[in-house]
Amino acid sequence: MLEVRNLSMRFGGLLAVDQVSLDVNEHEIVSIIGPNGAGKTTVFNCISGFYCPTGGKIRFQGEEVQGKPDFKISRLGMVRTFQHVRLFSKMTVVENLLVAQHRHLNTNLFAGLLKTPSYRQQEQKALDRAAYWLDRVGLLELANREAGNLAYGQQRRLEIARCMVTEPQLLMLDEPAAGLNPAETRDLNHLIVSLKEDYNVSVLLIEHDMSLVMEISDRINVINQGRPLACGTPEEVRQNDDVIKAYLGEA
Amino acid sequence: MAAQNFKHALFCAIVTLVISYPILGLNLVAQGTQVVLEGADTATLISIVLAAVAVFLFQLFRDHIMGSVGKMPNLNPFANREPMEQSKRQRLDTIVLTLLVIGALIWPFLVSRGSVDLATLVLIYVMLALGLNVVVGLAGLLDLGYVAFYAVGAYTFALLYQYFNISFWLALPIGACLAATFGFLLGFPVLRLRGDYLAIVTLGFGEIIRILLNNMTWLTGGPNGIGGIPDPTLFGMEFGRRVKEEGNTLFHEVFNISYSGNHKIIVLYLITLVLALFTALVIRRFTKMPVGRSWEALREDEIAARSLGLNRTSVKLSAFTIGAFFAGFAGTVFASKQGFISPESFVFLESAIILAIVVLGGMGSQIGVILAAVAVIILPELAREFSEYRMLLFGLAMVLMMIWRPQGLMPMRRIHIELKKQE
Repeated sequence: MLEVRNLSMRFGGLLAVDQVSLDVNEHEIVSIIGPNGAGKTTVFNCISGFYCPTGGKIRFQGEEVQGKPDFKISRLGMVRTFQHVRLFSKMTVVENLLVAQHRHLNTNLFAGLLKTPSYRQQEQKALDRAAYWLDRVGLLELANREAGNLAYGQQRRLEIARCMVTEPQLLMLDEPAAGLNPAETRDLNHLIVSLKEDYNVSVLLIEHDMSLVMEISDRINVINQGRPLACGTPEEVRQNDDVIKAYLGEA
Repeated sequence: MAAQNFKHALFCAIVTLVISYPILGLNLVAQGTQVVLEGADTATLISIVLAAVAVFLFQLFRDHIMGSVGKMPNLNPFANREPMEQSKRQRLDTIVLTLLVIGALIWPFLVSRGSVDLATLVLIYVMLALGLNVVVGLAGLLDLGYVAFYAVGAYTFALLYQYFNISFWLALPIGACLAATFGFLLGFPVLRLRGDYLAIVTLGFGEIIRILLNNMTWLTGGPNGIGGIPDPTLFGMEFGRRVKEEGNTLFHEVFNISYSGNHKIIVLYLITLVLALFTALVIRRFTKMPVGRSWEALREDEIAARSLGLNRTSVKLSAFTIGAFFAGFAGTVFASKQGFISPESFVFLESAIILAIVVLGGMGSQIGVILAAVAVIILPELAREFSEYRMLLFGLAMVLMMIWRPQGLMPMRRIHIELKKQE
């Protein structure tokens, strides 16, 4: 589904990402791990179109997407979350989900001004979909609260729900477990697996929490200092000498 | 600490003396062919010394004074009030708005001709401020050249009338659409910029339009302006003593009442009121639509909005275009009300005043903006005796506002879309 080939990203003299390749297939959870500053988020930014990569190819559903504007990539069905939660904090929880459904709605100004039946119908549908996803992530009770007032774990879940209402094929999560307590991490774990199982979404995951990564990933890519270090199933990666060296230092 | 304060205060007082004495205390007087330096009279000298003493005292007790100024927000009875529930608030909003509209409808029949004229001007500024509110308050784009679109609307009507004899009602949509087109064209290259850069470019654009109008003498008459712009007609009825245009009728003849100059002014006021209401309602509706939500989303967090598939350029462009549209609207009404326009009416100060209204009213809040428009336009009229100190008072009011209510008169309380409980 997603094919990244020899992706490079250079900022001036700094080669932040060097010849990284990775694949995500349908119905698969793929993780990217690596020490801090390894270039994981840069890879994400390149894939999601926030950066224009300086080299390499990114193909999504057979279509080359490198260098396309971010909003077009997201409309293709590839949606991401952020390392630091980015919600529309002054808007309510449900409004956050409505914004995300922008392209499913009738954005014709006159239809909206006149409240045509088709406009109302779509608005209602969007509200229903929002309600469904809020229920799914356990935030239905808080639907009319300001998003900025939610607890951190709730904000994390809201961010995932906001991605899901856009009906993506590939969900890209940037450190979703950062700042969560063990119980919340476990819930997140179930949530991610169920997204894959029930909604047929592939997941590309950056995460530091090894227990989470090892448990749910189908495959893992390890990046170190911008270069790919290893890739394979969790078992293979765990036993890879290079990976152990990178994480624990050379003996 | 005290010694340091004293030293600082003394220094400030001396600076005051050094600056104000040569400016106020010394006069150049022409005596025949020579220019002689003369000292000012004693009163001026005394006031200079008094000013220096005031500065000295203020600086000496500055900490106390600023401390008590800092406590001033507590004096505001509404500062820490619990926010009202949304349903309650909306009902209150509706009641207040209805009362306002009813009051505005009765108003012209109770007061003098001058007051109605002033009220028309206020309504024009309400329209402008509501339009700018979309750009600045909702979409978060600082536009310092808003007056350019106002000018486009006004000149569109003036020129269309002059060259093609087109009436007010036809010119109204044309002027608004042309202003919107200008907004669109300007927005296209400019909206990639952010914050300060955007402000500077829009400022430049405002000046470009004004200077163009000033210099394209063959078309616009340059600094001489365009006169003789007609008043609006009402269903083909004119309000003058005699019919100016072939085929029109006269208002007082149709209704068989005696001619009065007031009719024209009252009708113009009512037309403006209807247009201002239209502006307010349309923009209010926009805020609840996907387009309004995307403006706010982009203002809240641009990166997140982009990651969800919102096209940054088109969202900003829509805000800019819609804002310009209503400025064009107001411009057409303004041209018709004044009967004469020249580039003088569209200087940067106008942009600044409109922006001040928006900020004063509370960014994004409609009622706040309306109240602020009333205050900003009417207060200077009331304080006519102090006309020299007008700008000073204006500045003082702004400073006090920033201390007291930095969020504006009536800060925006968003109308949330509520998710109803499902069974």
